[in-house]
Amino acid sequence: MAAKRMTRGAPLSDRVLDAVIVIVMLFVVIVTLYPFLNVLALSFNDSTDSVRGGITIIPREFTLKNYSIIFSFSGLVTGFKISVLRTVVGTILGLISASMLAYTLARPDFQGRKFVSTYLAITMYVSAGLIPFYLLIKDLHMMNTFAVYVLPGLVSAFNVFIIRSFIDGIPYALQESAKIDGANDFTIYWRVVLPMSTPALATIALFLAVGQWNAWFDTFLYNGSSDNLTTLQYELTKVLLSTTSGNNGDYRNTNITQVLATVSPESVKMAITIVVTVPILLVYPFLQRYFVKGMTLGAVKG
Amino acid sequence: MKAVSAVAAANTAAPGTARPKKSSFWKVALRNRYLYAMSLPFVIWVFVFSYYPLWGWLIAFQRWKPGKSIWEQKWVGFDQFKTLFHDDLFYQVMRNTLAMSLMGLVAVFTVPILFAVMLNEFKSMFFKRAVQTISYLPHFVSWAVATSIITRMLSSDNGVVNDVLMALGLIREPVQWMGQGHLFWGIVTVSDVWKETGWNAIIYLAAMAGIGPELYEAAKVDGASRLRQIWHITLPGIRSTIIVLLILSIGHLISIGFEKQFLLGNNLVRDYSQVLDLYSLQYGLQMSRYSFGTAINIFNSVVSVILLFAANGLFKRITKESIM
Repeated sequence: MAAKRMTRGAPLSDRVLDAVIVIVMLFVVIVTLYPFLNVLALSFNDSTDSVRGGITIIPREFTLKNYSIIFSFSGLVTGFKISVLRTVVGTILGLISASMLAYTLARPDFQGRKFVSTYLAITMYVSAGLIPFYLLIKDLHMMNTFAVYVLPGLVSAFNVFIIRSFIDGIPYALQESAKIDGANDFTIYWRVVLPMSTPALATIALFLAVGQWNAWFDTFLYNGSSDNLTTLQYELTKVLLSTTSGNNGDYRNTNITQVLATVSPESVKMAITIVVTVPILLVYPFLQRYFVKGMTLGAVKG
Repeated sequence: MKAVSAVAAANTAAPGTARPKKSSFWKVALRNRYLYAMSLPFVIWVFVFSYYPLWGWLIAFQRWKPGKSIWEQKWVGFDQFKTLFHDDLFYQVMRNTLAMSLMGLVAVFTVPILFAVMLNEFKSMFFKRAVQTISYLPHFVSWAVATSIITRMLSSDNGVVNDVLMALGLIREPVQWMGQGHLFWGIVTVSDVWKETGWNAIIYLAAMAGIGPELYEAAKVDGASRLRQIWHITLPGIRSTIIVLLILSIGHLISIGFEKQFLLGNNLVRDYSQVLDLYSLQYGLQMSRYSFGTAINIFNSVVSVILLFAANGLFKRITKESIM
């Protein structure tokens, strides 16, 4: 109703503005979606046919061959398992650490509150850098272990602060009344604060899961030489780096190189890209209603 | 101050509930025992993985050889830094880093604001939601996936970008986008805009949602066009959010990471794709020149902190907004 009234009496400039906005938004939608749909179509299209070009968003010669090829790579199957495992373990551990720290920081009667806040905030700006960190991982004998995926990045100050500002918004009286009822601090955290923080926890879970799922550099740096700890993203980067023009085979490609010689590497690349993308896209509609709220929580206080 | 970053939120004291009864530190500590038990393990954790590696900075002042402890190494003072500042490659790397981060700062900063302003003018809630949901899709894919998609789109055989440009008659033959150094900075910037615009707009949209509708009503009564409303109400309404985010991005100006450069780059565009972190990775780690690589890391950290404080101080003076 209101919208209708506005358009009818609106000056010309407003109608021009509307038209411009609609055109820009259409452009945004196409530019965002088309590449994904194109890659999806290519991944389902016969690889020799794809070379002819002209595939848009619908496969011309439908085939599942590209997928059956990539799933015959042992590296990819291992990669899938390790990626799922690190995402699940990393998300759970990350949620526990962030929520526990956030809870203690949100307690006005906690002595260590100020110190711990500052102590965490500093880590957001000062980091030792690649090489000192690499040497630390080496000294801790974490090279070629699964632990290197989840333990070093366990505590993220940013996530702690987002959950903390959410908990700050929950009436403190609830915690106090639980205390009067005889609950200890841990019980309050577990039974009162956590259940009420679902939106914030869902947001952080999404951040953590996306981060874990998308990480490849730690595999490259620490676990590149152990075939049974490789991740899906790393397998994709290996294919990418080995097929990019001008790059030579610095990167170990056990069985992928042989297969790429027999079929078009492009189709295989597209199929792997889809396999790497789909799981994370399946997660996000479920958490979506939370994360917009949660994202803004950390940044804007009304 | 309306917009407060997560960091600032941490520093502002929560409403203090000072206990009327004076109790000794240990008495309170005993009462806080569960809270200590819940935070101390992680405090130690952060020490090990964030603070302890800072010791490693010492090796930048040594000629570090593996197998010996940090105290048995040969101290060389600022030699590594001298080598760094005398290395021609360092200046090329700095040029690339600054070029890409400045281009990124301008584009990745302004485009989301424009996008958010436009989206905010959308009347239909349904389309607004739909466009927004689609727009942050690329944020969720890794740079590995994004690179795979981007190289496909820019490919000289059957890449859609070349196809469209040829159909429009703008170019005669396919451009080798990924093989030309002078195009690399632009490709990285555009890729970044593609990936992050929707996501970065979330914060601005939320800030806009906080602007009172009565302001728009009043402007409408006064006969202000929508463009004037944007200029006089929407933009001032998100001003503090813009400034806080701008300060934070300036702080990260030279630590722009290396993922996109590493994955999008190739030997043909090396002169334009090498950035500070990659330089440290390749000339420090992969060649086992740990001391030299650490010197690069230190340079990076120090410049970042200086930029952060400079930006913060500057904006504090000009706009009375700051993050600290």
